[in-house]
Amino acid sequence: MLAAILSLGCIGLVAAIALGFAAKKFAVEVDPRELAAMEVLPGANCGACGFPGCAGYAKALVAGTIDLNQCPPGGADVVVKLARILGVEASASARQLAVVLCQGDNRRAQVKYQYLGLADCTAAQKIAGGPKACPGGCLGLASCQRACPFDAIEMTDDGLAVISREKCTGCRKCVAVCPRNVICMTPFESEIHVLCNSHDKGAIVRKYCQIGCIGCHICKKTIPDAYKVEDFLATVIYGQDEKAIEAIGKCPTKCIRDFSDGYPEGSKLLPVAADKPHAA
Amino acid sequence: MKLKTFTGGIHPPDNKQWSSHKAIEDCPLPAEFVVPMAQHIGAPAVASVEVGQSVSKGQEIGAAKGFVSVPVHAPTSGEVVAVESRPHPWGTSLPAVVIKPDGEDSWSTDLQPGDPGSLTVDEIVEKVRLAGVVGMGGAAFPAHVKMSPPPEKKISTLIFNGVECEPYLTADHRMMLEEPERVLQGVALLQYVFGAERVVIGIEANKPDAIALLEKESAGAPVEILPLQVKYPQGAEKQLIAAVTGREVPSGGLPMDISVAVHNISTAAAVADAVLFGRPLIERVCTVTGPAIREPKNLRIRIGTPLSHLVEVCGGVTEDPGKIVLGGPMMGFTQLDFNVPAIRGTSGLLLLRDEDVDRQEEGPCIRCSRCVQACPMHLLPTTIAAYSRRDLLAEASDYCAMDCIECGSCSYVCPATIPLVQAIRYGKAAILAKKRSS
Repeated sequence: MLAAILSLGCIGLVAAIALGFAAKKFAVEVDPRELAAMEVLPGANCGACGFPGCAGYAKALVAGTIDLNQCPPGGADVVVKLARILGVEASASARQLAVVLCQGDNRRAQVKYQYLGLADCTAAQKIAGGPKACPGGCLGLASCQRACPFDAIEMTDDGLAVISREKCTGCRKCVAVCPRNVICMTPFESEIHVLCNSHDKGAIVRKYCQIGCIGCHICKKTIPDAYKVEDFLATVIYGQDEKAIEAIGKCPTKCIRDFSDGYPEGSKLLPVAADKPHAA
Repeated sequence: MKLKTFTGGIHPPDNKQWSSHKAIEDCPLPAEFVVPMAQHIGAPAVASVEVGQSVSKGQEIGAAKGFVSVPVHAPTSGEVVAVESRPHPWGTSLPAVVIKPDGEDSWSTDLQPGDPGSLTVDEIVEKVRLAGVVGMGGAAFPAHVKMSPPPEKKISTLIFNGVECEPYLTADHRMMLEEPERVLQGVALLQYVFGAERVVIGIEANKPDAIALLEKESAGAPVEILPLQVKYPQGAEKQLIAAVTGREVPSGGLPMDISVAVHNISTAAAVADAVLFGRPLIERVCTVTGPAIREPKNLRIRIGTPLSHLVEVCGGVTEDPGKIVLGGPMMGFTQLDFNVPAIRGTSGLLLLRDEDVDRQEEGPCIRCSRCVQACPMHLLPTTIAAYSRRDLLAEASDYCAMDCIECGSCSYVCPATIPLVQAIRYGKAAILAKKRSS
């Protein structure tokens, strides 16, 4: 009995001394700024900064090898806080939002064939260019929704991805997975977008989509400063919503959408409240 | 005696009764030929003719680009009316030369018949390359590449594929029955090129007439006719090698690594045409069949004939087809409509009715392991598919995803109709893309 207590006690003592010594000798010094930066960062490990997670970014920030505006989810807020921690000047980059440039859901846009395979846009795209007749339209198989770390993407009942303007942090994960490049990064302030991604001629677009851009130039003719038309597809020249708004009613296919009026038809998302700060 | 075969595989109903008794018919010329520049594995050819130019039958209209590439030839004499992108059986629009036939169907005068006795091996291979001969089984791999193995790889066994294990298709069967001498000429030429000691023509036992005929025709020649058990995919290269030699191609390797080469019997016939008559590959035998076609036929078609013309020649459709497949039902390409041309790999055109198509929704995997038993490559399809779907590419790779031959046996037997092959293909493409980018 006594022998057992003594021997175990001795082993415990020796181990405690060894551990105590090792803790002193092999201590890894963590820069307190790194820990502070970790506190400030969103912690979603989304990878938008180019590192596998927030910890990697924090380490690089402290080492000074990367700019502190590389965290889109954090936005300007985090940049200011990081600047305070690191003791440098803050230079926030403009906040951006991802927008799905398509309104052609399964009711409005034609499909070439019935697709019953893997529920993944990249896999579907490999089969004769995807089931949607439009070469640029949203396939609606939710690859972007699964990629979004912030739960910001809604799939409508008719198979169209819609990105919440409140939840989107601009991390670009959805942009990277979309095989049709239908998701585009746009300035946060701009709420008016031409929601179409088809560069086909108008007559062809009309055949497969009720709500696609036919490249008729009416928006550009109405407000030459706010729209441009390239390859039969109109786009908004961002930063002048107050001008661009004039042409919305003129568009014959209704493919210009003002998000302050609401999300595309079929979406259950509510428009961003009017009291939110608006650049225009 | 028990017939030779591989392990694994499936027994789908072969449905060859529709067309196996029909003699090959020459398909009349269509109003317009659409000859795609990409018809083979490797770099596509580049159009070498201009709009308005008149071409003669067999004239080169697309030049080969690189070693793994073959030229493309005019299927008939006529005028080039367009050089543009046209819908292609692979699912997208690809560059093609459109030819309006003049009805004369006159051969180009440049074609040089060859005397096989005086040609060297290199000359034969060059003639085959110039004729644009590709593997006619469906994959369309340039034949001259297969015929020029590196010198350290000696080919001791040369296997000819007369298996035709895809259900419905009877093109190779009719070819062996009606043109055995052409096939055997090609066999002899390829034997000379490879210097192989053993030459085997593998034929599934459901074609006893073809086996008997080829045995009779090849009497005295050093060619072995080997009846094989009826099983899908008996005609896949690695499975045919396993059945004939009992040897297995190593993972990631090629048949030449175990001193074997495999050619389709239709490829042999095309090689004979190319070497003996200098004729390029501009026609092939194609089975037009299925429950939705009025009169199934085996047609000798020119490359570039629109599918709509083939349907017309076979009396049209009985109803709106539920599925249009180029090739066999297991590995063929589903088409959107008849607006594409037949290409060099088009062994068949299969029209299914709506009721023949199983459109069941996918269910959960019940771990029944039928796919594992069916896999002729001895893989675990359900595991690889699950990894591929989750983008766990390293794991999929560890389970030998790249060894999958995409034969479709696993999807065929799956009681939950899981798109296993599609998932594995997706994974394979992602693994390749990753390898290329790193």
